[in-house]
Amino acid sequence: MPSNQLTVVVSQGQSRNPEKRAIEEGIVQAASQLINTKVLVVPHLYDLGPKGETLQSLRSIDGPMVIFSWLFERAAHWVLDRNGVRGQVGVVELVDEDEDDESDDEDESVDQSEEDRVASQFPRPDRNIYCVDMRVRTEAEPFASELIRIHAECLTSFLHGASELDKESIGRFEQPTNTTALANDGTGRLALDLTRLGVADAPEQVITIAEHPNRRWYPVIDFSRCTNCMECIDFCLFGVYGVDGADTILVEQPDNCRKGCPACSRVCPANAIMFPQHKTPAIAGADVDAGNMKIDLSKLFGAPDRDEDAVAAAARERDEQLILAGRNAIGTAGISLLPVDRIEESSKGSVMPSQPKSKDEFDQLLDQLDALDL
Amino acid sequence: MSQSLVFMMGEFKAEFPNDRLYAKNHMWAIKQEENLYRFGFSAYAVRLLQDVYFIEFSVEPGAKIQLRQEFGTIESKKAESGLYSPVAGELLSLNPLILEDPSVINVDKYDEGWLMEVRGEGNELLTPEAYMQHLESAWEVAQRTIKGQANA
Repeated sequence: MPSNQLTVVVSQGQSRNPEKRAIEEGIVQAASQLINTKVLVVPHLYDLGPKGETLQSLRSIDGPMVIFSWLFERAAHWVLDRNGVRGQVGVVELVDEDEDDESDDEDESVDQSEEDRVASQFPRPDRNIYCVDMRVRTEAEPFASELIRIHAECLTSFLHGASELDKESIGRFEQPTNTTALANDGTGRLALDLTRLGVADAPEQVITIAEHPNRRWYPVIDFSRCTNCMECIDFCLFGVYGVDGADTILVEQPDNCRKGCPACSRVCPANAIMFPQHKTPAIAGADVDAGNMKIDLSKLFGAPDRDEDAVAAAARERDEQLILAGRNAIGTAGISLLPVDRIEESSKGSVMPSQPKSKDEFDQLLDQLDALDL
Repeated sequence: MSQSLVFMMGEFKAEFPNDRLYAKNHMWAIKQEENLYRFGFSAYAVRLLQDVYFIEFSVEPGAKIQLRQEFGTIESKKAESGLYSPVAGELLSLNPLILEDPSVINVDKYDEGWLMEVRGEGNELLTPEAYMQHLESAWEVAQRTIKGQANA
């Protein structure tokens, strides 16, 4: 029987942004107050090597897990999946505020049935993995609230499976009457004797895994989308992809991948390949083209003007990498024709960032720019 | 450091030492020897970026790079961008210091916070005076780019 303990993992960012560090610390602080949890602080999820201490620890955990990272939810989920930390997608209610309006767009572009998907053919274990993207808010408090909500959800679902003997006290836990109401200080620390159910008290300490992985770059496959069509293995000329014993595609040699090159994600007909560190949200694993808080200065810093579709972009990016590797460019050789909607979708450039929230120094600079226009 | 030229970004005084050349994408270039340049961000670029938190290179030293080829990315407090080569040539080295601590770019943009060295002819590079003219003429476009995004 899987553990009932909730594991909270905070995966630190690569960037030295003090605001980001404050969010990480706030979440750890909140997690360390919760009963029946284990708290792990680990390096940036995407950089971790499969044989490193962090992934070995995570693989040994079979209970529910919440992971906070600086990656899109899908990217985090499938990075874990590739490394043998598997489960069902736990529904996270705290998402990007701009995301809600367009959330049903995605389903329309997917016209293949669910049965074709690799994850439907090879179901993942029945435990929830909740992936929270720490970029969706700018302070720790909303993340702490979401963690408490998930914690309660996991505890409730565990308690529902408890024996008849315990049902009475569980009833009081869920629906306290005036006389049995339990003091809940908002942290799930209830005056209910849960110890005989195997529910532990708040963790004594936070475990920090001090691995120092190098920065990596490789594709991550979303198997809830992948149809095992083999387009990527035909396209990539660097030997990144392979197949497992059941002839299912997998990222076999991630470190053969060419840093910065996202070309195979552009040719994937199911839009299943992510490069979590790519600056275009659609390629990095955003469900929809989510708003980005930051100004993109690429045009000012010399980005070439390009008007190309996904096939042309993929061919150019692959050629650039072939030349860097001392090989010959081959253009569009080996790329199948893609459905039209796929091409249009992936040829979008980086999305327009939404408006920064508060007036600060940079906004004032913008205002000064306005003033000059007089 | 010798004398500097000044460009006013609103009320902000951006200074550009005239002991070196500049690229249109807001990098400075110091000639180390014939056909070998060291590059870094100009005051204009650093002012737009503000505090730099993260920089990543996607190309290794030894690689041949083309003009405007993307060779990495940068993230700062307020902005993010790809990094695009100011010249064509061979990438010789990247500043290891800024990978460890990118804030060096803010602290000492014209010296310790340099970015990379490239062996190439550098025909595209501008004199400080020509760069000032480029800033004047590009100022309107820059405002439009930033405002277009900020108001989106």
